[in-house]
Amino acid sequence: MADETAKFAPGTHPDLKPPVASTGAIKWVRENLFSSPTNTILTLVSLYLVYLIFPPLYGWMIHDAVLNAASRNECQELGSGACWAVVRVRFSQLMYGFYPEELRWRVDLAFVLLFVALIPVLFDKVPHRGYGMIFTVFYPVIAYFLLWGGMGLEPVESSKFGGFMLTVTIGVTGIALSLPIGILLALGRQSNLLVLKAICICFIEFIRGVPLITLLFVASTLLNYFLPPGTYFDLLLRVFIMVTLFAAAYIAEVVRGGLQAIPKGQTEAAQALGLNYWRMMGLIILPQALKISIPGIVNTFIGLYKDTTLVVIIGLLDPIGLSQAILADSKWQGLSTEIYVFIAIFFFISCFSMSRYSIYLEKKLHTGHER
Amino acid sequence: MADVAAANGQKQGMRISEEVAIQIVGMHKWYGEFHVLKDINLTVQRGERIVICGPSGSGKSTMIRCINRLEEHQRGKILVDNIELTGNLKNIEHIRREVGMVFQHFNLFPHLTVLENCTLAPIWVRKTPKAEAVEAAMVYLERVKIPEQAQKFPGQLSGGQQQRVAIARSLCMNPRIMLFDEPTSALDPEMIAEVLDVMVGLAESGMTMLCVTHEMGFARKVANRVIFMDGGEIIEQNEPEEFFNNPQSDRTKLFLSQILHH
Repeated sequence: MADETAKFAPGTHPDLKPPVASTGAIKWVRENLFSSPTNTILTLVSLYLVYLIFPPLYGWMIHDAVLNAASRNECQELGSGACWAVVRVRFSQLMYGFYPEELRWRVDLAFVLLFVALIPVLFDKVPHRGYGMIFTVFYPVIAYFLLWGGMGLEPVESSKFGGFMLTVTIGVTGIALSLPIGILLALGRQSNLLVLKAICICFIEFIRGVPLITLLFVASTLLNYFLPPGTYFDLLLRVFIMVTLFAAAYIAEVVRGGLQAIPKGQTEAAQALGLNYWRMMGLIILPQALKISIPGIVNTFIGLYKDTTLVVIIGLLDPIGLSQAILADSKWQGLSTEIYVFIAIFFFISCFSMSRYSIYLEKKLHTGHER
Repeated sequence: MADVAAANGQKQGMRISEEVAIQIVGMHKWYGEFHVLKDINLTVQRGERIVICGPSGSGKSTMIRCINRLEEHQRGKILVDNIELTGNLKNIEHIRREVGMVFQHFNLFPHLTVLENCTLAPIWVRKTPKAEAVEAAMVYLERVKIPEQAQKFPGQLSGGQQQRVAIARSLCMNPRIMLFDEPTSALDPEMIAEVLDVMVGLAESGMTMLCVTHEMGFARKVANRVIFMDGGEIIEQNEPEEFFNNPQSDRTKLFLSQILHH
C-alpha cells in the first residue's frame, strides 16, 4: 500500500491498477444484476424461474432419457425421461425420407459441397475466393446431378425425397433464387416504365395476398388444368417455383424499403458522374439498400425455411410428414413430443445460424457513416 | 456579354476562349403547375467562371441541375459542348461524363472509401485501368490536400473534408465544366474557407465553372460574371465589381442589402 499513496514528481506518475470494486466480475454483477431494487427483484425472480425450468428439463432431456430401446414400452421400463430411441431408430428416415439407402452418400456429398459452395459467398476474406466463386456458380448443376441422378449416376425420383434433406433442398433453392428475383421485382416496382411497374406491383400484391398453402395446392393440383395435357411437371419442381415466388414477393418489399431509405443525393451523385442505370444500382444504390435490408431479408429467409414444413399438406414427406408416419407405427405410438423436439432443435440450429450470420454481416458492412 | 466576359477575363489574367461551353436558349421548366424557370437565356464561354445568386426558391439550383439533366426542362434548348440535351440517353451520359457536379450535401458514397469514391467513375465509366485511376485519384486528393484520408470512409471525415473529396471525385473524371450547387451551405465557418480555397485554385487553373453560392467574397475574387435570379428568371447579370457596386434592379439592391449588411 505504501507506494500507492506515495507522491510522485509531476509527469512521473505510473499507471496504477484500479480498485477491485470498480472492475471485473464484481463490478459487472453489481451494475447489471443488482443496480436498483427493481433490478434486484427481477434478477431473483429470473433465477427462481431458471431453477424451476432447467433441472426438470435437464432430467427429461438428458439424465433420465433413454437412447437404446426397441419400443416405447421398453423405454418406459428403462427411464422416466425422453425416449430418444425413436429418433435413433428412425434417424436415417428423418434425414433422407425414402431416398435409396445405397445412394445416400450422394445426398451427404451434396450437403458437404453446399458448405464448400457457401463459404466464398458468405465470407470475403477466404483465400482463392475467385476460384471458390466459380465452384459456387457450378454447384447447383453438381447438386442436381447428385440428388436426382443422371450423367452416369442412377436416377432417383423426387417422390423418394424426404426428411430434412427435403427441407434443406427446398429451403436452399428458395433462398438462392428468391433474392435475385426479389431484387428485380423491387427495382421493377420503382421503375419509370409503367407497364413493367404495373406487372411487378400486380405480381407482388397477388402473391402476398394469397396464403402459401393455396399456392402449394395450385402447384399440386390446379396447374395440371392449365398445362397442355401430357406435360409432365415434377411436383417438387412446382414446389420450388411456388416457394421461390412466394419468398421473392416478400423480399421485393423488404428491398423496396431499403431502396427508399437511400437518400436521393446518392442517385444524383451517381448520375452526375455518368454511371448508367445498372452500374448505379449495382455499385451505389443496391449495396447500401441491401445492407439496410439485411434484417428483413434474413427474416424472410427464416420464414421461408420454416414454411417448407407446409409441403406436408400436398403429400411431400418433410420431417413433419415423416413424423406422422413414424407415430403411426404401433411400437412408437404417443412419442410425438420427442420427435417434435428433435425437429425443433434441427430448425432452431439452422435458423439461429442464419440470424447470427446476418448480425456478423451487418457489423462487417458498417463503415461508420452513422457517426 | 461575351465582350464583358472577355474583358473581365483579361483583367484578372485568366484566359477565356471564344468557344461556347454551354448555351441555354429560351428554357422553361415546370414542376407540375408551378413555373419554376421562365425563359432562361445564358451563354457560357469556355474558361468562364459564373456565380449565380438569388433568394431561396428562385430556381438557381434547378437551373444548373438542368445543365447535366438531373432535372428535365420542358421548353427551349440547352446545348453543352454543342450537344443538345434531349431524351437521348447516350447524349445525356456523354454530357454527364464531361460535366462534374458538387452538391450541397456532398453525396459521397458512404459504403466506399475515399479512394474508391474517386476511382469508381473513371474505372466503370471511362474504363480507365485501376492502377491508373488510383494514381490519378491520388493526384487530385493531393490537390484538395487530403491524400492521407484516402483509405478512410466518408463517415469518418469532417464536412469540409467530405466536400473536398467530392470535388476531387468530380475532377477524377477530367470534366470540362464544373457545376457547384451551394457547396459551402452545409458547412461550419472554418470549413467554408478550406473548400473555397480549393475552388479558387480550380478557377485559377482555367476550369469552366458555374457556382450557386452566397459567398460574395468568392464571387468578387474569381467570378467573371455574377447572375442574380429571382422568381425563376435571370434578373440581372454583370461583372462582379459592377454587380456589387452598382446593381441595376431594385430587387437586386434589396437582395444585396440583405446579404451584405450582416
